[in-house]
Amino acid sequence: MAEVTLRVFRGDRDGGKPVDYQVPLTEGMVVLDAIHSIQANQAPDLAVRWNCKAAKCGSCSAEVNGKPRLMCKTRMDALPHDQPITVYPMKSFPVIKDLATDVSWNYRVNKKIPPFQPRPGVEWKMYQRDVDRVQEFRKCIECFLCQNVCHVLRDHDKKEQFGGPRFFVRTAGLEMHPLDGADRTRMLKEELGIGFCNITKCCTEVCPEEIHITDNAIIPLKERVVDEFYDPVTMLVRKIFGAK
Amino acid sequence: MTPTANYETHEHDVLIIGAGGAGLRAAIEALAQGARVGVVCKSLLGKAHTVMAEGGLAAAMGNLDKADDWRTHFRDTMRGGKLLNNWRMAQLHAQEAPDRVRELEQWGALFDRTESGEILQRAFGGHTFRRLCHVGDRTGLEMIRTLQDRGVHMGFDVYMECTVTKLLKDGDRVAGAFGYWRETGKFVTFKAKSIVIATGGIGKSWRVTSNSWECTGDGMALAYEAGAELLDMEFVQFHPTGMVWPPGVQGLLVTEAVRGEGGLLRNKNGERFMEKYDPKRMELSTRDVVARSIYTEVKEGRGSPHGGAFLDISHKPAEYVKRKLPSMYHQFKELADVDITKGPMEVGPTCHYMMGGIRVDAETGRSSVPGLFAAGEAAAGLHGANRLGGNSLSDLVVFGRRAGLAAAEHAKKTAAPALDNSQIEAAEREVLAPLARTSGESPYQIHHDLQEVMQSLVGIFRTDEDLRKALGELEKLKARAAKMRVEGSRVFNPGWHLSRDLACMLTVSEACTHAALARKESRGAHSRLDFPKTEDAWGTKNHVIVSKGGAMTLFEAPRPAMPTELQQILAEDK
Repeated sequence: MAEVTLRVFRGDRDGGKPVDYQVPLTEGMVVLDAIHSIQANQAPDLAVRWNCKAAKCGSCSAEVNGKPRLMCKTRMDALPHDQPITVYPMKSFPVIKDLATDVSWNYRVNKKIPPFQPRPGVEWKMYQRDVDRVQEFRKCIECFLCQNVCHVLRDHDKKEQFGGPRFFVRTAGLEMHPLDGADRTRMLKEELGIGFCNITKCCTEVCPEEIHITDNAIIPLKERVVDEFYDPVTMLVRKIFGAK
Repeated sequence: MTPTANYETHEHDVLIIGAGGAGLRAAIEALAQGARVGVVCKSLLGKAHTVMAEGGLAAAMGNLDKADDWRTHFRDTMRGGKLLNNWRMAQLHAQEAPDRVRELEQWGALFDRTESGEILQRAFGGHTFRRLCHVGDRTGLEMIRTLQDRGVHMGFDVYMECTVTKLLKDGDRVAGAFGYWRETGKFVTFKAKSIVIATGGIGKSWRVTSNSWECTGDGMALAYEAGAELLDMEFVQFHPTGMVWPPGVQGLLVTEAVRGEGGLLRNKNGERFMEKYDPKRMELSTRDVVARSIYTEVKEGRGSPHGGAFLDISHKPAEYVKRKLPSMYHQFKELADVDITKGPMEVGPTCHYMMGGIRVDAETGRSSVPGLFAAGEAAAGLHGANRLGGNSLSDLVVFGRRAGLAAAEHAKKTAAPALDNSQIEAAEREVLAPLARTSGESPYQIHHDLQEVMQSLVGIFRTDEDLRKALGELEKLKARAAKMRVEGSRVFNPGWHLSRDLACMLTVSEACTHAALARKESRGAHSRLDFPKTEDAWGTKNHVIVSKGGAMTLFEAPRPAMPTELQQILAEDK
């Protein structure tokens, strides 16, 4: 049976190094299968998160050959075998151990977003055409790959000022819900720091659910923030009558 | 020294173990009652197995088929379960599911819509009417995200990536739980007046399964060890359509919605073989029947190249398939190089769902242990001998709510329990033992062998000989597990985690095999080659398993008589 080398990061908060493992290839194998094979036969304490193995839960995010991917969806036969396949944890989050990272920051950001709030007295009728665009956002499986590649988080580590693409998608899903009545624009500007995003679309490129994060979520939200806070007429009114 | 001074301890009125649909719905209800609620889960929040539910949530809303009502849903559920269901649960479930769906919508869930703006419903096996409220083929994700956000904003404490290994008792009643943080390996204790078990199923005991690593029967094993009764453990659902190729994805679920949306099953000769097995309902027969039919076709040499049947939806317009079954489209395209809009999928049975579980009171989810409740797949009763598709998601919200409510009420009228240091220390010794050994087998090897035993001897078709052999093999596996060794430290060590999960899998596998051996008939998902008929005499009793003096003991429990009103509903032919 053909074998392939996986170069897997082994380590913890205090550092670590890549370790090579030889793995027998099977038909249709994905990177997560190879990691499981290493666990079962060579390194039973190799830490990795996974649940569904079907790209539905968003647990097995990692950087495969330097590219942010879900391991359960990355076919081994789509990667070159003449050199080791590297598997590293997501760079933007602190390593716990091996491929498992500390993503708890995301859960803290999520708490800041005001939940769905139906407008008083709404009739519970919605039409598919109005629901379609929100359903796109609700496909998100929280793999956090978009957070991982976003420059603002990856290179500038602005976790205190910036919410990241995942939470713009979540906010868009609430703001564009046909029956929602809450206003989250101030929160977007001040707590999630949407202004830091310079629309490079890296998030959109890595989304395994193919959500148009930049075009359909972030840009419309940025427009809402601009309309609310930077509209010249409103600004003038504010200047004369004082900010509300 | 106070008993828990050595351990990180958290105190709650209601502790919920498991953060899938049932656990989250229970937490929301307990919070609404003013209880202090803690939720413990083995994975990150939002990753529970509910997320994989695809087809939908069954509720007799009648949005498309006006004739639908709870009576028809009740009848379908009971008939699907071969009348072994707890009739009161089937009744409550059918009556309350529509309200639970509307509630999800009011909390922000966005179901697919009808032309007139109502929630869209689709057809599914065994349901008389179009009944499944859905979001494409990712209904579970929508449900879990909705419940998660609701609960987080209401304010429960979540203990993520934390495994409970023992329920602690104060006399007869439950007093709390002991476990470890997966990340650090440090121990933690919880003190609670009420505990709700919502840990889901046991599929990981089989080799071919649609279940995630979490489905290792933890809650059932914990409850059993704490003295609770297990019910109907012989009834394991094999979903007819799992992927069969490539090997790495064998068992992965192919939603029943493919058939609900018009998908056809064929054998290698191109025959729609369901004509032979259930000509009336064809592809939309109940899961037990379709799974056995595919198995039989393959066994008799009419299977597909990789040992399954062909499931074809490519006669529908490509755009329609991509819109209604998007994750199936991607799953096959990316993992199996198959474009389902152009050609058939290969599918075969996969271990999917446990009808059996903790025996509970229908109204409250109360177990036989004071203070201990259960809901969802970990509890038994609603589905009888076979579950209808779509009845699981509705089960989670109907009985999750009921268990949360009852647990909060129980906590209100109960004084704080006391934790017993000796129980905690014993639990700690047990968990640490495999790490301390310097030699022994890896838990991965034992798990692999357990899966082979259950797959080959306690599968879709069972015999006396196979089941007895399985019990013998399980004894050997238990002996090996008692000597297994775990390498590495306690920090995020999957081998160590598996050693715990394995102990639970062995307990539930043994319970399943005992019950399967004792039921000498075929009914629903339990098919005995040596007893192929469904016998009326067996329809009057359930199997209960309980620990007596440390030994697994089985007894028969007579089924309570059904009220006349429900009997009449059942007798009507629709």
